[in-house]
Amino acid sequence: MSAPIDLPKWADTILVPAVSVVAAFLVAGLVVVGIGENPLTATRLLLQGSLGTGEGLGFTLFYMTDFIFVGLAVAVAYHAGLFNIGGEGQATLAGLGIALVLNNLTFLPGIILIPLGILGAAAFGAAWAAIPGYLQAKRGSHIVITTIMFNWLASVLIVYLLVNVLRAPQNMNPETPAFPPQSEILFMHEVFAAFGIEIPASQLNLTLFLALAAAYGVWLLIYRSRLGYAIRVVGSSPTAAVYAGISPARIIVVAMVISGALAGGLAVNELMGYQHRLLLEFTAGYGFVGIAVALMGRAHPVGIVLASLLFGILYQGGAELAFEQPAITRDMVVVIGGIIILFAGALEGLFRRFVAHVMPRPALAKA
Amino acid sequence: MNSAIQLIAIDKRFGAVHANKDVNLDIARGTIHGIVGENGAGKSTLMSILYGFYEADSGEIRVGGRAVSIRSPADAIHVGIGMVHQHFMLVEPLSVVENVMLGAEGGPLLRKGEAKVKAELARLSRDYGLQIDVDATVGDLSVGLQQRVEILKALYRGADILILDEPTAVLTPAEADALFELLRALKTQGKTVILITHKLREIMAVTDRVSVMRRGEMVATLETTNTSPPELAELMVGRRVLLRVEKTERKPGAPLLEVSDLSVIDSRGVLRVANASFTIHAGEIVGIAGVSGNGQSELLEALAGMRQPVLGSIRFGGQEIALDRHNPHHMRQLGLLHVPEDRLRMGLVSAFPAFESAILGFSDEPRLGHGPILDHDRMVEDLTQKMEQYDVRPPAPRLKTSKFSGGNQQKIVLAREIERRPKVLLVGQPTRGVDIGAIEFIHRRLIALRDAGVGILLVSVELDEIMALSDRILTMCGGQITGERKASETTEQDLGLLMAGVTDEAA
Ligand SMILES: Nc1ncnc2c1ncn2[C@@H]1O[C@H](COP(=O)(O)OP(=O)(O)OP(=O)(O)O)[C@@H](O)[C@H]1O
Ligand SMILES: [Mg+2]
Repeated sequence: MSAPIDLPKWADTILVPAVSVVAAFLVAGLVVVGIGENPLTATRLLLQGSLGTGEGLGFTLFYMTDFIFVGLAVAVAYHAGLFNIGGEGQATLAGLGIALVLNNLTFLPGIILIPLGILGAAAFGAAWAAIPGYLQAKRGSHIVITTIMFNWLASVLIVYLLVNVLRAPQNMNPETPAFPPQSEILFMHEVFAAFGIEIPASQLNLTLFLALAAAYGVWLLIYRSRLGYAIRVVGSSPTAAVYAGISPARIIVVAMVISGALAGGLAVNELMGYQHRLLLEFTAGYGFVGIAVALMGRAHPVGIVLASLLFGILYQGGAELAFEQPAITRDMVVVIGGIIILFAGALEGLFRRFVAHVMPRPALAKA
Repeated sequence: MNSAIQLIAIDKRFGAVHANKDVNLDIARGTIHGIVGENGAGKSTLMSILYGFYEADSGEIRVGGRAVSIRSPADAIHVGIGMVHQHFMLVEPLSVVENVMLGAEGGPLLRKGEAKVKAELARLSRDYGLQIDVDATVGDLSVGLQQRVEILKALYRGADILILDEPTAVLTPAEADALFELLRALKTQGKTVILITHKLREIMAVTDRVSVMRRGEMVATLETTNTSPPELAELMVGRRVLLRVEKTERKPGAPLLEVSDLSVIDSRGVLRVANASFTIHAGEIVGIAGVSGNGQSELLEALAGMRQPVLGSIRFGGQEIALDRHNPHHMRQLGLLHVPEDRLRMGLVSAFPAFESAILGFSDEPRLGHGPILDHDRMVEDLTQKMEQYDVRPPAPRLKTSKFSGGNQQKIVLAREIERRPKVLLVGQPTRGVDIGAIEFIHRRLIALRDAGVGILLVSVELDEIMALSDRILTMCGGQITGERKASETTEQDLGLLMAGVTDEAA
């Protein structure tokens, strides 16, 4: 066993992640040098591509929206002591929920249809997460295994439905007909244009605000509500939960339901905000990024928003980088992301030790 | 004097808490040195500094006269200091040998190392008269034997100086005696032992010298033969302490909790309580005496609604508790509150700030919030008040629960349950790990509660405590209630026989 390391809260929540990100970039830089490119140029291109232009920024924030939802989903389950790996599957099912609601209720006005679509996403995502939750609670089937299995089930289910059931007859692609136009969540550039402000067009849409609201809601739920209290008791000490009369089985299901509903936000952003139809593989592995985001954000909504921004920068900037410098492929960018996950998640303890070591004593004493 | 360890001007702060103030301590080689002090006096902190868990802000450590820098447990082991933790650091599915080898395997292939460890363990067992089956699985061993494995681990790593922090808190009296036997054997072999305990009779029985800490300071070091429990108590607390609280005879009132033919099985399906029947009246304290592990824990858990009985019935205030309402939530609503035996696993959530631990079991109370949202200011304010009332140190409601010393954690649990004015209170080991000043306080509270008409069921492995507090005493052995006595009409010997299963009929 090692000695406990006590750091002031600010160091714990900001300094340690910052140090690990810097270290990750240094290592990633070495990798870039290894393939014969200039890491400084690469960094410049990455930042330029993600933050330097209005369009780039729009895309960065669009990805950020995705990551906030899936990060929050992982975090809520995590507070109940559960590792929800099933964000992909839950978001996929949420997409199905959206398609069913929007394409069957085409007669409704947007002001009603949009909330219904969002609810459909939440309900389908929640239901898909509830099953592994129930199996864990009642049968002890490990949630990591079952959620992974449910990712596969979701992906074959959606292929079957899109090819055989939901596809528009004349369409060769496995996708649904377009959603009714009144159900489209407005693009940010459209909103700004309505106020007479011109901003570059991108995929960024109003779902960003829903994501930020969800982050606030999760904070309120986890840290301030009675239910969140019960969730954290179950997550930190199941025996104390039994003593307190909190049923771990019930909380596990409830936490998974909330988690699945949050994962549904990914589908809202991608489908209602951008694609405007249901198509294959719109989740693009973002559900897994949620795990990294939650780890890096220490399962706290503020941390998750910041980590989502970082991963948004990586995704958007990485795409630009791969475009500008062909030697650095998309795969390389994935590697850099992986290094960050490794450093921020797995090696976090190492950096805590480092920070504790170099911090001046008086600062520690004020902890 | 031949010093094993010298601590010179050790100082340590945790934020506003000055845990060790300019502490000096000299421990002679080949002695058993006791350390006593109130909860939060800084004993564990001082030992953690010695063992490299914490680094002192200033001061010097000398081992065998040589100044050393101990920055990690590895450094401590290197200079011959070993520590037995109160919460064992053992891998339960592994055997004794494997546990001892852990971290000292001696190469990638286990075979050679294992033979060496076995030979070494055989030697240690011989030298110290430690009997233990080295191939047994650690998880199957009793708590007392697991502690032995911890000691063996330290000795195997070459410890000359052994630190034991409240080693007897989890032991039965017989196991504690065996431990002291072992400590004496270690002493004769020239090892040095540092023993922290709250039980003054243990200090008197086994130590050569004893040091007293108060509020972070080392206030005295005495030859054990020249001191007495009352003197030590006074040094610790800074005032005279009643080692036994006064209590008047009182007539019990109406029956509150009626238990008949209750049988309970544990999670492995073993029968732990068999046909227990008894009644607790308003305004009485009923003590359950018994060697730990004889069904008391399961009995408490069943009464609290945490465990479904397999047979029998429980009536509360004349009403039978239906099976589907037999849960902790419902029992609490009825007014049956519970101070659990194991505060760390059940009574508190160590990762929470104290004010959140202080509502465990009561998070649904309407007054603690507005609708679904909890009111943190209110919770903090509540706990601030209770901390003052119960003299919890430091009085910091927002501090993480795990950062309070053991006795102060216990006070937080007691305050939570007692101040909610129960009708019946189940109390398990209320003073485990609690200092004598606080014991006096807790005993007074429990008696005041009884005088206010609360029915109390007290489970404790401390016979003294049972005898001091109870009006009636039930003894338990092997899951059965083997006898009942009025506290005023029994003796330790009498209870001892009943606890050993010698029932009235058999006698
Ligand atoms: N990691 C920590 N952070 C903040 N305060 C701490 C920490 N560890 C201990 N303290 C505080 O330091 C003081 C001394 O604690 P310590 O555990 O040494 O007491 P103790 O004498 O061992 O008490 P007990 O008999 O109850 O075990 C207490 O006030 C405690 O709350
Ligand atoms: Mg202690």
